[in-house]
Amino acid sequence: MDLEIELRVDGTEHRLTVDTRTTLLDALRERLGNTSPKKGCDHGQCGACTLLLGGRRILGCLALAVAHQGADIVTSAGLADGELHPLQRSFIAHDAFQCGYCTPGQIVSAAGMLREAREGWPSAVSKDPGAVDVVLDDEEIAERMSGNLCRCAAYANIVPAIAEVAHR
Amino acid sequence: MRPFRYERADEVSAAVTTLVREPEAAYLAGGTNLVDLMRLEVMTPEVLIDVRRLTSDRIEELPDGGLRIGAAVTGSDLAADLRVRRRYPVLSQALLSGASGQLRNLATTGGNLLQRTRCPYFQNVTTPCNKRAPGSGCSALEGYQRDMAILGASPACVATHPSDMAVALAALDAVVTVAGPDAERRIPLTELHRLPDTTPERDTVLERGELITGVELPPPHGAARSRYRKVRDRASYAFALVSVAVALEVADGSVRDVRIALGGVAHKPWRAATAEAVLRGAPATRESFMDAAAAELSAARPLPGNAFKVPLARNTMVSTLLELLEEAR
Repeated sequence: MDLEIELRVDGTEHRLTVDTRTTLLDALRERLGNTSPKKGCDHGQCGACTLLLGGRRILGCLALAVAHQGADIVTSAGLADGELHPLQRSFIAHDAFQCGYCTPGQIVSAAGMLREAREGWPSAVSKDPGAVDVVLDDEEIAERMSGNLCRCAAYANIVPAIAEVAHR
Repeated sequence: MRPFRYERADEVSAAVTTLVREPEAAYLAGGTNLVDLMRLEVMTPEVLIDVRRLTSDRIEELPDGGLRIGAAVTGSDLAADLRVRRRYPVLSQALLSGASGQLRNLATTGGNLLQRTRCPYFQNVTTPCNKRAPGSGCSALEGYQRDMAILGASPACVATHPSDMAVALAALDAVVTVAGPDAERRIPLTELHRLPDTTPERDTVLERGELITGVELPPPHGAARSRYRKVRDRASYAFALVSVAVALEVADGSVRDVRIALGGVAHKPWRAATAEAVLRGAPATRESFMDAAAAELSAARPLPGNAFKVPLARNTMVSTLLELLEEAR
């Protein structure tokens, strides 16, 4: 079954007809040519396909495109607005990748995570569940980024790269 | 993935009617489990009825001091809600210990309750599994057993329920509200999920077409402190080997009230009623906690590959109770 949908991706409106089985990830990569989000596991286990959907980080591989009619999506490519996003610059400065395949997902996830922390969302390692001020120490960053796997294990540089932006 | 038709209903009654009429239809909410199971062809619905915008995505105060959580409230919104964090910390902690930030932003409260087991044999269509293909046998009985049940299992199925949230809700005496073909009904959370017995293909007591519309939390119990403790094979982003949700109220050195539920040990969130009965009125001491945990786990029937879960569940229960006791001092 095909359905026509509209998506706003990195600020550009698109109208396209998709098979109902198409995920947001496949719509972006295969139909719109936006290969910034990566297909890692395609089962919601690795985070390489992380997108911002209405400002919140989600997994593109588990979201059916037809269920997100009219969605406003931002990819890592869209975070760069003429110049690199502070997180992108920080990942480069800290050498926070090796092969780079997980990196767009890491960066989009970090952008979503920083917003969650600004809004006072707790994490599983937060000491006081009722506290509204989030202090993003390394333990908090690691926990909040645990949905993004890096099989090169660049975590030792990813955490400081995010911390530098978080503490600005 | 098999082809399917996608529909969005405008009213709950229309969604229920469609699901009853179409034998191969399924509800879609956040999709974080269903889309994956469809890709694996473990589930092959011919029609998806999107109910995400159909049920409430709000958390509202109830007149009795409790909260009503709409079925479409996401895991992240529920975990971040200040009323939940301050009045039911065990629920916020359980949600935050499950999945990842990205998944919690998509996954809904109703969908969380209806997620399927992550038993590797259930998820692999090339292996026998009574839950996926009734009568085909249980591969886990002679296979990988680390994640399997130690309480309430049957020769037909030893799978565990994967939800953390549901374990906290079981301890909190939550009630699930359900819309159905005939009428709405209310189901205590502890009675929503089934033990496998001879029909493990049925995870819950819901009838065909019934749709979860929300979850109601009673007012917090007295001065009870609550906590969720999850033990798993890696520090984050993994399912529980064993988890414990506890609410404890201590007065004059004795247990005035206690609620305990266990995750990762059974086909459903396991309310530890035996342990609670041992503890009510007993001295709030390590010895009492040990006795209560031992009483609860006397019914455990572990497999060779998961016998470690019995002492793990005992120790996790005792240490979580001791932590709450220490906080109460």
